[in-house]
Amino acid sequence: MSAITVSHLTKKFGDLTAVDDVSLAIEEGELFALLGMNGAGKTTTIKMLSCLIFPTQGDAVLLGDSIRKDPIAIKQKSNVSPQETAVAPNLSVLENLSLMAGIYGQDKDSAQSSARDMSSRFGLNGVLNKSAKKLSGGMQRRLSIAMALISDPEILFLDEPTLGLDVLARRELWSSIKQLKGKVTIILTTHYLEEVEALSDRVGIMNNGKLVAVGTTAELVTQAGTENFEDAFVSLSGGEL
Amino acid sequence: MKTILFAGRNTKEILRDPISFFFGLGFPLILLLLFNIINSAIPAEAQNTMFEIESIGPGVAVFGTIFLALFSGMLISKDRTTSFLMRLFASPMQSFDFIFGYTLPMIVMAAVQALFTFIVAAVLGLPLTINTALAILVLLPIAILFTGIGLLCGSILNEKAVGGICGALLTNVAAWLSGAWIPLDLIGGAFKKTAEVLPFYHAVQATKAAVLGNFSGIMPHLSIVLIYTVVFYMLAVIVFRGKMKSDKV
Repeated sequence: MSAITVSHLTKKFGDLTAVDDVSLAIEEGELFALLGMNGAGKTTTIKMLSCLIFPTQGDAVLLGDSIRKDPIAIKQKSNVSPQETAVAPNLSVLENLSLMAGIYGQDKDSAQSSARDMSSRFGLNGVLNKSAKKLSGGMQRRLSIAMALISDPEILFLDEPTLGLDVLARRELWSSIKQLKGKVTIILTTHYLEEVEALSDRVGIMNNGKLVAVGTTAELVTQAGTENFEDAFVSLSGGEL
Repeated sequence: MKTILFAGRNTKEILRDPISFFFGLGFPLILLLLFNIINSAIPAEAQNTMFEIESIGPGVAVFGTIFLALFSGMLISKDRTTSFLMRLFASPMQSFDFIFGYTLPMIVMAAVQALFTFIVAAVLGLPLTINTALAILVLLPIAILFTGIGLLCGSILNEKAVGGICGALLTNVAAWLSGAWIPLDLIGGAFKKTAEVLPFYHAVQATKAAVLGNFSGIMPHLSIVLIYTVVFYMLAVIVFRGKMKSDKV
């Protein structure tokens, strides 16, 4: 069953068409990676699907609710981990997590309990009372994703979740994301091709706002007639091999 | 519930920033002590009442509220630039949760700040009476005015610009044009006329009238402050709500 059905989604900023007539269906529990060069339209697509910005044309239905007609219903059952770490810097890890749980409707006790559970899941127990601004980049990323998951979303948007992380921190985060597969529908944007290969069920390649190819990494390699996924991405993105 | 949670978060963010804490509470008290030292150094035969505690106390209390523009502006601007606000915009929070969540801590902080200022002023000779409570009430719309200015600036400017406008510029312009340090009559001319058009002078006069128990003297000045408060706060709400719906958070 489709968790997300996107129909002719378009976003224009003045004369610039950032997202151009994108149509797509994503299954429940699927991890779908959106791949593309800078300015390809990945973040704009995520912003429309998470009801942060309104589409110029088209619509998307997330678990039965339209982004045009029912943004509040969608916001209640989805969550976002933005490109930046987006944490409250002077609040502790526990306070950041409790705050987000409370905002999504949990009472004080449940919020505290969820915050502790989420800290365990993301290896944040050792820094529970440390202020977010004092955490390393990797820990802040983990906290950011934990904050997105504490509301127990059915759909999760991860916008470049491992941007700027070292190899070790990235691998740790991959492991956390892998644990969510099958339970949460995830749309992930990234520039790292190895991340796509390691995590995604299917990949959508965007170029100049258009969704130019969709499939598994193996399908895309076959479609492009290349030897590996990197070459397939370059070829399908309109680049030269 | 969401409003209170968000207001709690904002209070912690500001109070855990040592610079905000110093400017919010410490600086007005230092000014009060400084002016008291200056006043003590003025010989009685000079008959200069400029720095007497009845005059300076309410002025410093109003001056303290100016920093609320800096605190609220910096907080919102920081929330925007770090994408924390984007995360919250993607949550089920409504526009009033944000607006009241940013405003409530400022009102509480203004009341606490004013209370401390008047307690120190009492130590320095300003009687602590029921009029003090009235003065704190008079300060609240003034606090909302500066919070509105901060909300407005924070919604459209980056941290650096907010620091410049709400910090350096507004604190200086508002302080000098308020007549809190130097009576406007001493300068007169265009300076006095400009000050009388703006809300800062009226804020000090309304607070001073409340402290002195001159009840009929409050509203003529406070009504001008209220007009500015409504205009700036409404403008801030419109701009913030526009930001929520805009393509660029």
